[in-house]
Amino acid sequence: MNGQSDIVFEIKPQKVFSLGVRELVEYRELFYFLSWRDIKVKYKETVLGFFWVILQPVIFTLIFSMFLGKSFRQESVGMSYPVFVSSGLMVWLLFSSGLTNAGNSMITNAAIIKKIYFPRLIIPITSILVSVFDFFIMFMLFLVLLFIYPTTIDGMQALMFWPTALLLTVIGTFGPGCLLAALNIKYRDFRYVIPFLVQALLFLTPVIYPADILGSTWRKYLLAFNPMYAPISLFRMPITTAPLDTTLLCISIGSSLILFVIGLLYFKSTERYFADLA
Amino acid sequence: MTMRPILEIKSISKKFRISSTREPYLSIRDQVRKWARFESSTKEDFWALQDISYDVMPGESIGIIGRNGAGKSTLLKILSRITPPTSGKVISRARIASLLEVGTGFHPELTGRENIFLNGSILGMKKAEITKQFDQIVDFAGTEQFLDTPLKHYSSGMQLRLAFAVAAFLEPEILIVDEVLAVGDAEFQRKCLGKMEDISSSGRTLLFVSHNMSAVTSMCKSVMVIEKGKQVFMGPSQQGTELYLNMGNSYDELGGRLEFVHQPNPHIRSIEFRCDGMLSSTLYMNCSFELSVHFVAPKPLEYPVLGVIIYDSLNTPVLYFNNKNYAGNLFEKPADEGTIVMRVPALPLMSGMYSLDVHFGNLFSDFEVKRNIIRFRVEPRPINEKGEMLLEKFNKFFIQNIEWGHK
Repeated sequence: MNGQSDIVFEIKPQKVFSLGVRELVEYRELFYFLSWRDIKVKYKETVLGFFWVILQPVIFTLIFSMFLGKSFRQESVGMSYPVFVSSGLMVWLLFSSGLTNAGNSMITNAAIIKKIYFPRLIIPITSILVSVFDFFIMFMLFLVLLFIYPTTIDGMQALMFWPTALLLTVIGTFGPGCLLAALNIKYRDFRYVIPFLVQALLFLTPVIYPADILGSTWRKYLLAFNPMYAPISLFRMPITTAPLDTTLLCISIGSSLILFVIGLLYFKSTERYFADLA
Repeated sequence: MTMRPILEIKSISKKFRISSTREPYLSIRDQVRKWARFESSTKEDFWALQDISYDVMPGESIGIIGRNGAGKSTLLKILSRITPPTSGKVISRARIASLLEVGTGFHPELTGRENIFLNGSILGMKKAEITKQFDQIVDFAGTEQFLDTPLKHYSSGMQLRLAFAVAAFLEPEILIVDEVLAVGDAEFQRKCLGKMEDISSSGRTLLFVSHNMSAVTSMCKSVMVIEKGKQVFMGPSQQGTELYLNMGNSYDELGGRLEFVHQPNPHIRSIEFRCDGMLSSTLYMNCSFELSVHFVAPKPLEYPVLGVIIYDSLNTPVLYFNNKNYAGNLFEKPADEGTIVMRVPALPLMSGMYSLDVHFGNLFSDFEVKRNIIRFRVEPRPINEKGEMLLEKFNKFFIQNIEWGHK
């Protein structure tokens, strides 16, 4: 028998870097149970349950449509304003709630982290999955809105771009989410940074205004560094006639991927000490 | 072919940095201040474990004993992969399941049924395994009629039974258990110990931290004794437990004062024992026994609560004191630091070996529990001025100075 073959694992001070994908697959049921716990608890604790998930986008859509709708004419946004703003809001709310939950996830789950081993990445990923679940509920509501405000939808594009936009949002949330989760456990200051960051980012994302209002200045390119620029633009593709700016799209996707790698690497390189710090 | 160890522990050491701040995590403000002033680090190193080695053979059951803060839990955390060692390595040839706490991940809003699945999954069980053993788990816990009740409506005893029941059906090749039996009523403890004995006799490997010496000797052939992070003994459990019990007597060397400086975030900083007003290592029957606990809390406490339990040599609790139930709030203002003094005017204990638990918390929960912090001997002493001694033969536990007369 080969001397090494039967080793299940080794524990050493320095770990050889690996993403541990195989281990994540092994623990796939824990993803299921933890997401299920978070979703269940979220809706059990509140009387109105699912209602809360749709309330936020509905209220925001109403407010923005009432006070800002007049400022942007149909031509500038390519669709009626409530459809425009709610399409952006859905993606935005997935990002902001995913980022907030993931960023705080290691702290809220500190009790488990200190007592049992499992791949730590499960925790932030699970919190993002919960937000994805909420996204699907909002999406149903969005489909209803498309009937209320008759909109021409390019079916092929919808099938292509909507899943892509969802994937890009998740990727764009995952990087910063993991980064904040790891930083938050080391420096508790980040618990104040997260809400501030989310609020500031809303104004730097073309949710309530079309990116075109910036003209073709450098500001437009700066805006494109926002990882949410690409998914929001793609999500609106099937329902707008406005052309897609591929340069801006690539900048946004690139920035999203870079953040993804940075977040993942930082998380993986610090995760072994989470139990000591939590 | 010779059998190879299932778990090789190779000179494991673990260093903690103790910062002068009270929290283990950092604040950016502190970091910035340090950079700005080029301050040298105010941290000091503390070795929680030094050079622990042992090869565990398949089917072996090992007890790990040592006093509070000796490093037992740190060792278990390293073996459970929760925290990495600073040096050394561990090679495992089997899957390890660890049970450092009962009910890890239990959620009060979920029902008993849901919590069984959640907890089982966190402990590393597959959904199919849990489903298969679900009825047995429920049966073992004895909580059938509350399966669909949210856990928050369970009594703490019921929660504990449910938690242990899930863990009892874990079937890893190596099981690591930390002191989970120190809780629950006597009957439940017996049930748990029975289950653990099943595990060790069924040929699985068991690593077991406990302060219950009779459990350790009955379940484990060998024990590891850890003292101040160092492995001081590894061998037959009878010898090891005796060594440990005698180590408890090194209380004599402590001169009646215990300090807990090297624990991460302790609330309890020091404990002093006084016999007839003197800092003392030896207690006497009927002496005036005083215990002072100095605490520091991160936030001022409205109502600091100290609980003390004294156990006899068979680990049966014989005396329990608690200022919540018996004295009320001792502090007029919220205090973030202070000393609680408890005095027993005439210690009613018969001569013999005893041990002591200290609980510190507020009105609602314990912040820190120090189990078995000390083993002490109560020496015989005349019970009155006339120099009369009590007959040990007829006085097993208690002494009482009785006034006699006739009419």
